[in-house]
Amino acid sequence: MLMSMQRVSKLYGEGESEIAALREIELQIDTGEFVALMGPSGSGKSTCLNILGCLDVPTRGEYLFQDVPTSRFDNDQRARLRRRFLGFVFQGFNLLPRTSAVENVELPLMYRGVHARVRRARAMEALAQVGLAGREHHSPAQLSGGQQQRVAIARALVTDPAVVLADEPTGNVDTARAREIMEVLTRLNQRGITIVMVTHEADMALYASRVVRFLDGGIVSDVRQTPLAIATAEGAAA
Amino acid sequence: MIVWNAIHETLRQLRRNPMRSMLTMLGILIGVAAVIAMIALGRGASARVGNDLSGLGQNLLFVVPGAPSSGGPPHRNDAPPFDERDARAIQREITGIAGVAPTVTRSGVAVYAGQSRRTTVNGSSAAYFTVMSWHLATGRLFNDAELRVGAPVCVLGQTVRNALFGITDPIGATIRIGNISLRVVGVLAPKGSSSFGQDQDDLIVVPLATHQRRISGTHDVEAIFVSARDEAESGRIRADIDALMRVRRHLHVGETPDFTVRDMKEIAAMVGSITGVLTSLLAAIAAISLLVGGIGIMNIMLVAVSERTREIGIRLAIGALGRDVLAQFLIESVVLSAIGGIAGITLGLTGSYAITRKLDIPLEIDPLLIVVPFAFSAAVGVLFGYFPARKAARLNPIDALRHE
Ligand SMILES: Nc1ncnc2c1ncn2[C@@H]1O[C@H](COP(=O)(O)OP(=O)(O)OP(=O)(O)O)[C@@H](O)[C@H]1O
Ligand SMILES: [Mg+2]
Repeated sequence: MLMSMQRVSKLYGEGESEIAALREIELQIDTGEFVALMGPSGSGKSTCLNILGCLDVPTRGEYLFQDVPTSRFDNDQRARLRRRFLGFVFQGFNLLPRTSAVENVELPLMYRGVHARVRRARAMEALAQVGLAGREHHSPAQLSGGQQQRVAIARALVTDPAVVLADEPTGNVDTARAREIMEVLTRLNQRGITIVMVTHEADMALYASRVVRFLDGGIVSDVRQTPLAIATAEGAAA
Repeated sequence: MIVWNAIHETLRQLRRNPMRSMLTMLGILIGVAAVIAMIALGRGASARVGNDLSGLGQNLLFVVPGAPSSGGPPHRNDAPPFDERDARAIQREITGIAGVAPTVTRSGVAVYAGQSRRTTVNGSSAAYFTVMSWHLATGRLFNDAELRVGAPVCVLGQTVRNALFGITDPIGATIRIGNISLRVVGVLAPKGSSSFGQDQDDLIVVPLATHQRRISGTHDVEAIFVSARDEAESGRIRADIDALMRVRRHLHVGETPDFTVRDMKEIAAMVGSITGVLTSLLAAIAAISLLVGGIGIMNIMLVAVSERTREIGIRLAIGALGRDVLAQFLIESVVLSAIGGIAGITLGLTGSYAITRKLDIPLEIDPLLIVVPFAFSAAVGVLFGYFPARKAARLNPIDALRHE
């Protein structure tokens, strides 16, 4: 099992004002899946994704990544795990401002000690994969919302991660741009990268092979489905 | 490589906030420049004092009335003055002496053809010129007859000569000081200004008898300058003068003397220790401004960390370890202070050059004076950057990402 949550709870606050963002969640995700996490606002989707991505730690329960329990990891060990296996795409395009697209994409490689020249080549290639060839030297302010989100995806995939975790990657873009983003994610998934994505939109969940629904910090349904077929790579980039 | 990237990042950050970066660096810049300038100045000044004193001759001693005080000038209170007989006694009784110059000093206004100048008027013996290392530029010194009878003749320092005569030849001219007339017989070669900024050439010398009779109006002698034939003997001569004067002034054994004998080595050591203390004091004050600069850096780095919290969250999420973030901010503050340091060194050196030029003191710069402030400013960057950087490195990625 790639990722496994065992009776994971996440509590915020203390005593009277205690809020359970997650209540004893059981969730297993296998290599190669494309999972959509859905549910109303405040139901715990982001919290779950952050724990899956080792950005956050459960209050109770155990989270295993590749069968290794992570509850005793320190900050550095979690950072190393993220560095080695994971790529992130956040809502609201977390790019570094005033930093060109290609430099943003190079950043994870820099922290992995990749040589500058190799870094540049791989970043260019990743940008080409998300259909941004020719925009490498634009800064985030010079890119549209959809383009920025694709830069963020390029940044997530440039390290060849085992898993890409995306929190509402289409949250801030219109439907047409959202489809382009979903097609990019689908192609990553077809290359064998596991995708876990939080979304509000049923349309976007159609691209996933599995839909997990949250309500009040618990999982209320977990359904496998045939993902929406996408057009060819040329079609997507157009 | 991480370091290189961090420096690259830093330069980008600095360009992003040019005004802020410059003001922050200014703190370090001023601190470093001040430290360099103060030390260079202090060293230059003590070198200058040393030169001047040794220019007077290591074999110079002087005797003045008044009990010796540690360090400072002698206490004068009501110690009986010396007179010419004391000087003659020294000349007669003590061996190894090259010259004895009993001296009186007054200030007076010299007038010639509508030009006037307030200056120092010294009365002394023929030995005065050799004892005080004066050389003649033109004319002659006093002859024996003039000295004996107290003839109305004088020798001018270069400054007085320029003030009164300009380019005309002063030899043979008659100047007035108060209501007496003096014929100029010679002009001294210039010595320049002393370490204390005082113009040594601003003087007129007259025979002692002339001075006593017509200017000071007493038989007293204010100081007796003595030069030893051999510098190595100045200690012995000093002791001999001390013993002689005790006898002449009827002091009991062990009684505190009412006069002071000093030699130049002592004076040099005294002045050296004073300028040393002064230099360290100035450097300490300058170092405080460097410290203040460091606090400025810390302040700006704290602002930078909270401004860029979200960025730190992103970096932590995409693969940075805590220590990468630590290194980034630490390097940023070191680069900031090092640039300030380099600018400060440049300013400090040009400043010291200009000031030493103006004050006519030697510019003493050794490599340490450049290396140490630079290392110090970098250290300030590390020291004051560490706390903000550690704060950044310890951020929880989720909290950082949520930060507005
Ligand atoms: N740092 C926190 N402190 C306190 N409560 C928190 C914190 N983070 C999340 N919560 C609470 O935990 C619950 C789950 O939050 P979470 O962000 O996982 O919801 P979500 O399903 O992602 O919602 P949305 O769709 O609006 O993003 C919410 O009630 C939220 O208020
Ligand atoms: Mg959310």
